[in-house]
Amino acid sequence: MHDPDRPVEVEVVDRVEETPTIYTLHLRFTDPEVAGSYRPRPGQFNMLYLYGVGEVPISIVSDPDFDGPVEHTIRSVGRVTRGMERLQVGDRLGLRGPYGRGWPLEAAEGRDVVIVTGGLGCAPVVSMIRYVLQRRERFGRLTILQGVKHTDDLIWRRQYEAWQRLPNTQVLLAADVGGPNWPYSVGKVTVLFDRAGIDPERSIVMLCGPEIMMKASIDRLLALKVPPEALWLSIERNMQCGVGHCGHCQVGPHFVCQDGPVFHYPALRSWLGVTGF
Amino acid sequence: MDSPALFLPRSSLDALLQALRGDGYERVLGPVARDGAITFQNVQSAADFPVGVRDRQAPGQYRLESGADPRCFAWANGPQALKPLTFAPRETLWRCERDTDGGLVFRDAGERNVRTAVIGVRACDLAALKIQERHFLKEPYPDPRYAARRESLFLVAVHCSHPASTCFCASTGDGPRAETGFDLALSELDDGFVVTVGTERGAAVVERLDLDRASPGQRTDADAEIEAAARQQVRALPSRNLRDSLYARLEHAHWDQVGRRCLSCGNCTAVCPTCFCHAEQDEPTLDGSRTDHLRQWDSCFTAVHSYMGHFLVREETRLRYRQWLTHKLASWHDQYGRSGCVGCGRCIAWCPVGIDITAEVAALLEPAHA
Repeated sequence: MHDPDRPVEVEVVDRVEETPTIYTLHLRFTDPEVAGSYRPRPGQFNMLYLYGVGEVPISIVSDPDFDGPVEHTIRSVGRVTRGMERLQVGDRLGLRGPYGRGWPLEAAEGRDVVIVTGGLGCAPVVSMIRYVLQRRERFGRLTILQGVKHTDDLIWRRQYEAWQRLPNTQVLLAADVGGPNWPYSVGKVTVLFDRAGIDPERSIVMLCGPEIMMKASIDRLLALKVPPEALWLSIERNMQCGVGHCGHCQVGPHFVCQDGPVFHYPALRSWLGVTGF
Repeated sequence: MDSPALFLPRSSLDALLQALRGDGYERVLGPVARDGAITFQNVQSAADFPVGVRDRQAPGQYRLESGADPRCFAWANGPQALKPLTFAPRETLWRCERDTDGGLVFRDAGERNVRTAVIGVRACDLAALKIQERHFLKEPYPDPRYAARRESLFLVAVHCSHPASTCFCASTGDGPRAETGFDLALSELDDGFVVTVGTERGAAVVERLDLDRASPGQRTDADAEIEAAARQQVRALPSRNLRDSLYARLEHAHWDQVGRRCLSCGNCTAVCPTCFCHAEQDEPTLDGSRTDHLRQWDSCFTAVHSYMGHFLVREETRLRYRQWLTHKLASWHDQYGRSGCVGCGRCIAWCPVGIDITAEVAALLEPAHA
């Protein structure tokens, strides 16, 4: 029986400093056989292991058909991610995955794709945005709605500006607190919905960020007559095993590591926003 | 297996232990009264069993008393279920070595399983084992450590004849008779045991003993004791499926009430035979050349269980109790097709403040407070 708990070795081949507390690691499998069979879907995650410290679940940013290094954007928040912050090119990590259910790629084909993100929760949807852009003809209009607390929190600002210039692509940004160099909207991400011109019949919506933001956004989207079946969201919980055993990630009946992290909204509706789940 | 019931005279109990060793079970565990509780320990002979011992259990209470009869299994379960034998309280999942160039090599921890026979397993614990198998062995990621330990276990059930006041397995449908999941099952009578065979492995052990068939009278007496054990139970859950009732009461005022009594100590999850939560951690050697990756039992009553970096999902005790109870009795149905409670009553006896799952459910379902 294969051991689902044991990682394989990866090497850091590139490290990008996104902000003082956010960094991106590009990881290469040292065993070519493992690299050849590794096929993540946008929205899935890996368990990354820092030697002697522990494991953390981190969403995968890179494209499923990209043979190069696996890309992870990480925010230093805890013991493991603060330790990983100091990694340099050539350092080794452990990796297990990919795990969980990703974004609904098949259901999204032929439809307008609306991405709603808030805070720093954008990493799980970046892989989806890139997936659409790599296969542009298979999707309708791409709309990206991003809300941040402070203008400084917007990582990948150049990336957003580049996406904004693409045809049939709309990028709307909002910050709770604006600033002198902030040309975009001020307020919560929900202020963007009226301007986005979402076609409720043609759209599939993918949300990622703080749950309170996603709940407010979903309420807005439902008011705009977007059907609940067109809504998908990615959530986070404490995860220690990634394979449905350790019990920490449960939300009601769901194991987020297996039934999620991307959920169809109707499956999560009764649990979203209930304190304690 | 449909073979006739046999009779093992009390004087041949040692012969059963020898037959198990003879059939390759290096370790034979059985009930032993030690430090004021009955737990599974290594047994050398039938004299190690708790002869004449009785238990008295109530919310927040467990006491042993000595009796004057020769019975070895006239008690209800102590704190220890089968759980630690299959789901280890603490174990090394894998080991990682770092070479001088910083390369990491991940290895199996190389733990060896000893073929183990356990005598005195109750119906509730067999039901719990089956529930945990569904969890740890589910596809697509069955746990090879759990599988190996389960495979190495030989189970001798003893049908329950002396339930405690905390027992309610009759209402969950998991006892007091052990229906499946055993290799051999015994019914204890004053002068010996009615033996039924559950598996080929069980038949192989029994063949070494040359037993007579049980008489119709012995079989009737054995059945009568089990039926009496069901009737004696004073606690019950109102239904085998409380999923919808509990989902409808997530904001019930009683969660606050029980949350004020609960110490959030996690005793209930430690003694529960189905609770499966565990935490993972690294334990590096001092020179940094090697590290063991461990998992050990965790509890949804700890603060860190729901730790999210910048907040806790379940800060308050009432939310932790609600998580535990609604998982056990409600969402377990969604996950594994049945309740996660087998009616063993351990969480009642071993709760330091005597919180009683059957009473809490009754209070939650009370229409006046809904």
